[in-house]
Amino acid sequence: MDTPFRKESLPRKTFIVFNALLLSVLGVIALIPFVHVLMASISDPFKLAANTGLILWPKGFSLVGYQKVFESVEIWRGYLNTILYTAGSVALGSVLTIFGAYVLSRRNLYWGNKAMFFITFTMIFNGGLIPTYILISNLGWIDSPLAVIIPNCMSAFNLIIMRTYFQTIPESLEESANLDGANKLQILFRIMIPLAKSSIAVVALFYVIAQWNSYFQAMIYLRSAKFFTLQLVIQQILLKNQATSVGASGSSAYVAVVAELIKYCVIMVSIIPMLVAYPFIQRYFVAGIMVGAVKG
Amino acid sequence: MQGTKREGKIRIDWRRNHTYYYLLLPVLLYYVVFLYIPMGGLAMAFEHFSPAKGVFGSAFVGFANFVTFFKSYYFWRLIRNTLILSALGLMFGVLSPVGLALLLNEVKGRLFKKTIQTATYIPYFISLVVVASLIKIFVAPEGPVGNLFSSLFGLDNSLLTYANGFRPIMVVSDMWQMTGYIAVIYLAALSGIDHEQYEAARIDGAGHWKQLLHITIPGIAPTIIVLFILRTGQLLNVGYEKIILLYSPGIYETADVISTFVYRKGLLEFNYSYAAAVGLFNAVAGLAMVLLSNWLAKRYTDTRLF
Repeated sequence: MDTPFRKESLPRKTFIVFNALLLSVLGVIALIPFVHVLMASISDPFKLAANTGLILWPKGFSLVGYQKVFESVEIWRGYLNTILYTAGSVALGSVLTIFGAYVLSRRNLYWGNKAMFFITFTMIFNGGLIPTYILISNLGWIDSPLAVIIPNCMSAFNLIIMRTYFQTIPESLEESANLDGANKLQILFRIMIPLAKSSIAVVALFYVIAQWNSYFQAMIYLRSAKFFTLQLVIQQILLKNQATSVGASGSSAYVAVVAELIKYCVIMVSIIPMLVAYPFIQRYFVAGIMVGAVKG
Repeated sequence: MQGTKREGKIRIDWRRNHTYYYLLLPVLLYYVVFLYIPMGGLAMAFEHFSPAKGVFGSAFVGFANFVTFFKSYYFWRLIRNTLILSALGLMFGVLSPVGLALLLNEVKGRLFKKTIQTATYIPYFISLVVVASLIKIFVAPEGPVGNLFSSLFGLDNSLLTYANGFRPIMVVSDMWQMTGYIAVIYLAALSGIDHEQYEAARIDGAGHWKQLLHITIPGIAPTIIVLFILRTGQLLNVGYEKIILLYSPGIYETADVISTFVYRKGLLEFNYSYAAAVGLFNAVAGLAMVLLSNWLAKRYTDTRLF
């Protein structure tokens, strides 16, 4: 396996070099959009407006875009709303997922397989957009944060990952706790949940990412600006071209130029939390995917 | 006799396991309310639904909404766009991560491998809204990609305004966002292949190429098939949340798909019954495709999802 490079055959050497080059190019392509946006976001607004093509180094230097973004009430409120909704949704979704996954990982339950089918069937068939929308509106949740927090708080896919993990915990553990007089709830809360800590963290992380990044539910259910999530605020600014609303003032030429700069700064402000957290959470993600992949 | 035996079983199960069922109750309640009630709500596809009258009070019209859709001017355009985008997505979405995983698997330097893996994985964490914004910035005439096309081919508007540009933009941006993430799943499967198989192959004189064909590819084939089947379930939704952020009436010719049509008819034009009918058609077709691909996988390989 570990033949030193110089001892490899010529075609093999060519392949190794070519492979390394190709992978490096792919790595650069993956990252270059971030570099472009970062460099544009700290550029001088007038030089940025005159620029065409890729930006690998700031054109001049200015932080006026970030200053405008940090002064924007909408963005801060969007951040706060997103944090609150995500916290609520992830807490609820994780608890439900743990309960469901644990119960359905138990053998000898008469209704176990039927309940599992009841849940997984929704992965391949469901009511879809319109009946769900009518349901939410009948619940009176139009323009209510509940419409963003509660529906979609759990996913059958994550329940399967969690269940797979619970199934790997040896049954003897439960039996001996049972002999010591622990009841089912004590076994779940004192033994199983502490044992499954890392797998619970993975599932909770999946929920955090999904909820943090979602915009569609917020877009169709929320009406008042005070409830808007960060993604929805960004959508208004970036895709509906309302960057001027973030509040550049002065001559109209200046407003237009700064509005362009603000777009880049908004992107940076919204992805920085993810990029900072990424190195810490990446290994949990890989671990979680492995758990899912083992089961297949 | 048979009935009482079963009842006895159920009673014993309840006595022994009722704590479990109490824990399961809120989960089932969640699925009933948010997934099964809307499934029942699909009845509105067969009605002239009005929100004031509700599903039970609205007039029944049979298959009229479906007939309207099948006869609609947009029907074939929607089917064509949906199928082309999903076929492209399936092809590139399954093959490119396999390619990346196989290339990464040949790398011996652990630091280099880890760096590339990390870099290609990052785009997965970016929200759709930001991805759509990045696309708009890049394909604008002054953006990096748009600028290239404007100087090479004289295309002076955003590439998103050309109907021909939409499919390539969707495919490339999906590859940018998803390849690294899905490759991780294949790498996990690759690391699960027994190393003794490679040893044995080397002793038999099999080169790298033969090892790839006869050990590596068969080793990850089950994972490829499972992900393939899972993807066919999502197939007809073709990432409509992203399309909604990117398309405009000028490029509906290639960009409008069934799900975006449902969204517009239902939530923007309040034509609930018609939209629900189109949505139901889409969901049934999707279900059929999952069952078909599962059946094919079962028939021709040993792998299946269920």
